[in-house]
Amino acid sequence: MSAAPQSAGPQSAGPQSAVPQPATPPPGTSPDDAPAARRTAAELVAALPPSPAIWCSGLRKSFGRRPAVQDVSFEVGRGEVVGLLGPNGAGKTTVIKMLLGLVRPDGGESMLLGRPTTDPAARARVGYLPELFRYQPWLTAAEVMAFHVRLAQVDVAERERLDRLALVGLAGRADDRVGGFSKGMQQRLGLAVALVVRPQLVVLDEPTSALDPLGRADVRDIVLDLRAHGVAVLLNSHLIGEVERVCDRVVILDGGRVAASGSLAELLGQREVRLRLSGVTADVAARLAATGSVREADGWYTLSLPADDAAVPLTDPADDAAVPLTDPVPDLVRDLVRLGARVHAVEPGRITLEDRLLGILRSGHGGDA
Amino acid sequence: MNALGTTTGGVAGDGVSPDLGSRTPNPLRTVGTIAALTLREASRRRVLLALAALTVVLLALSAWGFSRLAAEAGPDTLTSGEARLTASIMLNLVMFGFSLIAALGTAFLAGPTLAGETESGIALSVLARPVRRWAFLLGKWLGLVGFGSGFVVVAGLAQCLVVQATVGYWPPRPAVALALLAAQTVALLTLALLLSTLVSPMASGVVAVGLFGATWIAGVVAGIGESLGNDAVARVGPISRMLLPTDGLWRGAMHAFQDPSAFLRLGGEEAAAFPFLGAAPLTWTYLVWAAVWVAMIWALAAVSFGRRDL
Repeated sequence: MSAAPQSAGPQSAGPQSAVPQPATPPPGTSPDDAPAARRTAAELVAALPPSPAIWCSGLRKSFGRRPAVQDVSFEVGRGEVVGLLGPNGAGKTTVIKMLLGLVRPDGGESMLLGRPTTDPAARARVGYLPELFRYQPWLTAAEVMAFHVRLAQVDVAERERLDRLALVGLAGRADDRVGGFSKGMQQRLGLAVALVVRPQLVVLDEPTSALDPLGRADVRDIVLDLRAHGVAVLLNSHLIGEVERVCDRVVILDGGRVAASGSLAELLGQREVRLRLSGVTADVAARLAATGSVREADGWYTLSLPADDAAVPLTDPADDAAVPLTDPVPDLVRDLVRLGARVHAVEPGRITLEDRLLGILRSGHGGDA
Repeated sequence: MNALGTTTGGVAGDGVSPDLGSRTPNPLRTVGTIAALTLREASRRRVLLALAALTVVLLALSAWGFSRLAAEAGPDTLTSGEARLTASIMLNLVMFGFSLIAALGTAFLAGPTLAGETESGIALSVLARPVRRWAFLLGKWLGLVGFGSGFVVVAGLAQCLVVQATVGYWPPRPAVALALLAAQTVALLTLALLLSTLVSPMASGVVAVGLFGATWIAGVVAGIGESLGNDAVARVGPISRMLLPTDGLWRGAMHAFQDPSAFLRLGGEEAAAFPFLGAAPLTWTYLVWAAVWVAMIWALAAVSFGRRDL
């Protein structure tokens, strides 16, 4: 989908991968070799892939007797944009709050940027825009930014803080009290606050709920810009189109569990082709069924192609090497014609993330892609 | 919002660099930041304006009252001892007004500042920073302590000066008295802070002020029991003063404000029923207990807040 770094993969899925091995010299080395051994160890550590931005395993949380999150595990790689999707009450916000130390998990482990989330230092370079975004109404926007910089204990010059406000469209409102801001402006301020400490990970919980369409588009641009700079983003949004446009991967939660997860290519891998046919004989129908599952309505035959085939890109016919040899459609059309069918139209059908999400939620979890 | 383009350079900072260099944040700096914010909040909210207005009204009224007292109780009508007794009682009465204002002010400031921020969502973005919850709570507490104690000391000192100017009475131990008044405020706001980690903002203020009033009344009732020689009723006072030391500290403050002979002049033991004179100075044991009590309540608040899901 993009050149953004992908998840480091299962080999680095555990926190162990982030922990440097102790630099003990091999048996038989003399003390004189110790600096060399230390140097080697340091080089080894430096060569390790960076720990994931987010790693969690088996997170559980119940409120009273009601389980809100059950055995949730996923990972967000450095520079990766991951969407968190699911219906209301799926546990998305609870998972986010557990990762940020705002809600105490009943069980499971989690790490941010290579540190356990029980250590506040894990959040030193994390930006967070909460779903419930409210900032001290008696402070001005510039004061809120300065306050968060002091809390994070990083040095960010005033010029840079004002740049962040300008980035979210609050350039002229830096000295106005937050109490006079509209909801949309407070959400913009929240976005600026999330970005102010030069984060390595940004967690956005419904970041566009109070924004107009222009604001939404700008949030999308900001997320893409973060990714371009190697910042990981966890995006919880009900706006599936938004997620589909910016996310490398999605994690779908339902009933507090991970219902499905994978890259967009994996989740949307299934593809459809719509054919308008006449003269469909038993042989023709058999040929169609041999390619994929078929639905027929008013002379239109909708063929669902297997994910493996569909994953091959159907692009750039000018480049011979890019023509997918495994694409079943050309062969299918040739065979249908040969079997006597008349082909009036062939249309590619596209499964949207929304279709896929609804399919997964209605079918009672399609599993990992 | 702006078009992004080139202006966004640096949003990410060094996102791809390993985080080996990130420092562990210093919790004491967090405490300082939150304390400063709490003081700023107190100064910017209307509560400070309301407090200042109430204080000025009370000071002006007391100045008028004391000047009338001085005018009407000339050298022919009151002995110097009687004048000192009257001044002591009136000073304690006005100081009670200040302690009540401080109690209401801090209790209703402590509630909203913690429970209100958790309810409204302000605390979410703050506590998602590299902040330990106890450091956040300590910062809030220190800010409130600074505000409450500052108010009591400034208003109390102003009142002492008013009394000095109008009737020429100066309390025997003003520093001790003001410190005890401040300690009373600290005890109550610590309780309000604990309550605000458990119940809603308004409820925490109401319960804290309610308990403050109940302990004061228990002290008065115990005084009546003492003057009537009823031990069972008299025991109510010490018990309530152990459970919530605001009334005990207040009585110590009164004792330090009043003329040393005032209590005996009013009738010694029998004067115990009078609510605006302190019978005896506070013992060190009681002061240590008050400090331990505040520490315990603070620790409970820290545990309760630390375990709370936001």
